[in-house]
Amino acid sequence: MTDSSLVVDLAFWGCAVVAVVFGALVFVVDSMARATYALAVSFVATGGALLLMQQSYLGVIVVLMMVMEMAVMAVYMVMFMGMNPALMPMSMVHSHRTALGASLVTFVVLGSGAVLVPWPERRGAPSPDVTEALGRAIMESHMLVMMAVGPVMVATIVVGVALSTARTRYDRLGDDLDQTPTDPPLRGETQRGGRRRDR
Amino acid sequence: MTVETVLLVASALLSIGLYGALSQQVVVMVMMGLELMIAGVLLALGGLWWFLSPDPSGQVLLLVVLAAMTVEMATGFAIATLLHRRTGTDMTDMAAELHE
Amino acid sequence: MTDPLADQLARLPAAALGAVLALGLVLVLAWTASVSRGVAAGRAVPASMAHAPAEAARLLRQGRRTTLSADRLLWRVGGWGLFPVAVLLIALVPVGETALLPGSLGVVWANALDVVVWALVWLLGWGANSVAGLVGGYRFLALALGYELPLMFALVAPAIAASSLDLAVVADAQSSLWYAVWMPVAFVAYLVGVLGFAVSGPLAAPVGSEVSDGALAELSGPDLLVVRAGRHALMGAGAAIAVPLFLGGGSGPWLPDAVWVVLKALLLTGALAWAAGRLPTLRTHQLMEPLWTILLPLVVLQDLVVAVLVVSGS
Repeated sequence: MTDSSLVVDLAFWGCAVVAVVFGALVFVVDSMARATYALAVSFVATGGALLLMQQSYLGVIVVLMMVMEMAVMAVYMVMFMGMNPALMPMSMVHSHRTALGASLVTFVVLGSGAVLVPWPERRGAPSPDVTEALGRAIMESHMLVMMAVGPVMVATIVVGVALSTARTRYDRLGDDLDQTPTDPPLRGETQRGGRRRDR
Repeated sequence: MTVETVLLVASALLSIGLYGALSQQVVVMVMMGLELMIAGVLLALGGLWWFLSPDPSGQVLLLVVLAAMTVEMATGFAIATLLHRRTGTDMTDMAAELHE
Repeated sequence: MTDPLADQLARLPAAALGAVLALGLVLVLAWTASVSRGVAAGRAVPASMAHAPAEAARLLRQGRRTTLSADRLLWRVGGWGLFPVAVLLIALVPVGETALLPGSLGVVWANALDVVVWALVWLLGWGANSVAGLVGGYRFLALALGYELPLMFALVAPAIAASSLDLAVVADAQSSLWYAVWMPVAFVAYLVGVLGFAVSGPLAAPVGSEVSDGALAELSGPDLLVVRAGRHALMGAGAAIAVPLFLGGGSGPWLPDAVWVVLKALLLTGALAWAAGRLPTLRTHQLMEPLWTILLPLVVLQDLVVAVLVVSGS
């Protein structure tokens, strides 16, 4: 390989070790915040490995998306778990042995596959500007993929809001549905206070 | 950095993620396991693309995996919120008990 | 072909010099922001200029306050991470011939770096194990969801117009007309985003005084110093990124390119910091709705206009 210079090799192993170690730390550390941000670090290292394989755009996008996602995830963790940062001991596992066994077997099978399978030689060469090639692919030959992903994303937004919101169109006073909704929303019919809009 | 080493690292990520997804009780932690598994898939695909057949269509597949990741997260968070609001729980076991 | 390792090593001295220059530029920009804030608050210019060094000297001598079972690791990462993010942002800006970190994806990298601020400010609020800090951290994430999407779509507009994600190419593409002039909505949305990730001006609710400085609560001594410096530096770095994106990069009469870039960055930083000092801080919910329902659609419309103009013009 032309690109396997020492620098790239070292950088790759650095990324690999960080990705795996922090990935494991997610399930080892005692705090929700630490677990979430360990996962973020693992993702950043994965993005770094993609960068080393010249997939700069996807690498950056992985870093960008995952840091954002983990920042939001940490909020969910704290919201649902109600923990303080005091490194509360946290062991919330079930079927620990089975899970460990399954994951070890998976690793052995996949890992031996990775090492033993006689991988074919590389066919073709990457285009000089991978990002541009990707852009052209999704806007020309593979446009159908993007056209499918778009509606899926919209559907996800709608599903997400529909599942998680507590408000409905009946969160207003009286029968007239054209009335402005109450803010905060009513909780049941018993709390009929006045309209509170403090903006 | 060869195709073997990249795939080895990817399978390590996938296995750790699998352990998390199987063993964790908290819904959000299960999602973290799934995320780690998808990261492994992403790395494996990236490695296969780069070392075996670096033409643009492979990259489109990676983009789709990334999109799948966001869909998983968004829907997962929404379900976790719904579960929490309805039952005050965030545990997969308790969610299973509700089913009965 | 030369040995790549030797090649890399040969470039080290130049890179080290560039890094020192970038660090110096960040410090100057942060100081400019601080002076401008002082002037906006009604202090005299000399007093404003002396404020930052005096505060630095005071905080360096101050002892560390500790809180009960703080998550010290995450707390420190959050605080000490802000300034390096600003330095990395500056390293992306093409000054003169090239940027310290040139690349065909400068615009995306800038975006990725400002997203890192999400993590850092939240960690800052979380780590202290104090209510005020956590309130600040939550407020920041709420605001971040509000300002980041308009900011992302604002970054799209110059990239479409220049048909490139490379900051140097974007800068060169505006030789006839600055993008700030013909895509003003994107420019404004970008500046709102800069105020957002510098946690200042109308978007300063996460560090609001009514929650005893929110995310900054419980910070003291050098830790407080780096966070304050980091906020000013982020404002300066955001302004510096705006120079190649919207203000024509190094184009300008008489002076060399590099001087123009620095000059424009300094002026924009000063103006932004002054505006941040004059504008009132809005509460989170007062911002969320306008940012999502007014600014975001406007920016998307701006992208559409730019795209149509680019396609029809070429």
